[in-house]
Amino acid sequence: MDLRKQQIAFYTALLFGALAAMGWGLKTAGIQGAMFGFFASFTLGGGLMCIWERSVVRSAFSLMATFCGVAGLFILLGHDFLAMAQILIYVGGILVLILFGVMLTPPDLNERQLPRVGLGVVAVVGALAFVGAKVAAVVNWAQAETLPPAETKAEQIGAAFLRADGYVIAFELAAVLLTVALVAAVYIARRKPSDLIDLTEEGGY
Amino acid sequence: MTVPNEHLLFLAAILFAIGVCGFFVRRNSIMVLLSVELMLNAANLTFLAGSRMHSTAARPELSGPIFAIFVILVAAVEAGVGLALVIALFRRKQTVSLDQLNELGD
Repeated sequence: MDLRKQQIAFYTALLFGALAAMGWGLKTAGIQGAMFGFFASFTLGGGLMCIWERSVVRSAFSLMATFCGVAGLFILLGHDFLAMAQILIYVGGILVLILFGVMLTPPDLNERQLPRVGLGVVAVVGALAFVGAKVAAVVNWAQAETLPPAETKAEQIGAAFLRADGYVIAFELAAVLLTVALVAAVYIARRKPSDLIDLTEEGGY
Repeated sequence: MTVPNEHLLFLAAILFAIGVCGFFVRRNSIMVLLSVELMLNAANLTFLAGSRMHSTAARPELSGPIFAIFVILVAAVEAGVGLALVIALFRRKQTVSLDQLNELGD
């Protein structure tokens, strides 16, 4: 099967999976079930495309679908502040950073060779069988209860961060971690002074 | 939301499995970073499902979303430092393929 047919089959399977998830959700849990199916298929489809595509640019953009799907699930769960943070940080920050790093990597045309794909399929099936066995052992599907939404507001989260009996120490440590990571990233990725001298001697920059 | 909690946990588990799969199958170091991001997202979903399991309408449980915020923060830090490492590696070796970076192995 050549590459184009592979892609077409893969995307058709993704589309039908999404439609089936939405229909099943609509049948079992109404409009919210349909929305759950929509966002869940977005999430899983983006993740599958991310590890399927050979070019890193396509993987990064399909990861955007995953991040947006997870943000939709956050909204569905009532955490609208988290959804905003997810979109701002992941899509606006991390993904742009990764697309910048993609400039360094040519597409790896040998990525999807048969032994590696076979190993991947075995890994996926094994992982899903493990998870499915665990879930089937634990969950009583007939009595799966519906829960009230655990909504959070931004004020509650902010108050919990800054209360003395809350998470204030972790909050400050997070600030320290961000600062350290910023300095470390600049230090690791900078050009050494010797590189700069070489460049000026060659007339660049 | 009227979807049962188990479906959410199942979704997070599948997303985590996809991330693990990408982590082991792909040989590009940037793709390995992306797979780690997938796994962190799955962990976030699991945190929120657990918080939903233990909260009532009168007293919402806040530790799940707060842990999710910390996970997002650590993911940002990891992406920044990881990309810096990849750039430094590329400057030294002219490659980011994990198959060719085996000085410390064998």
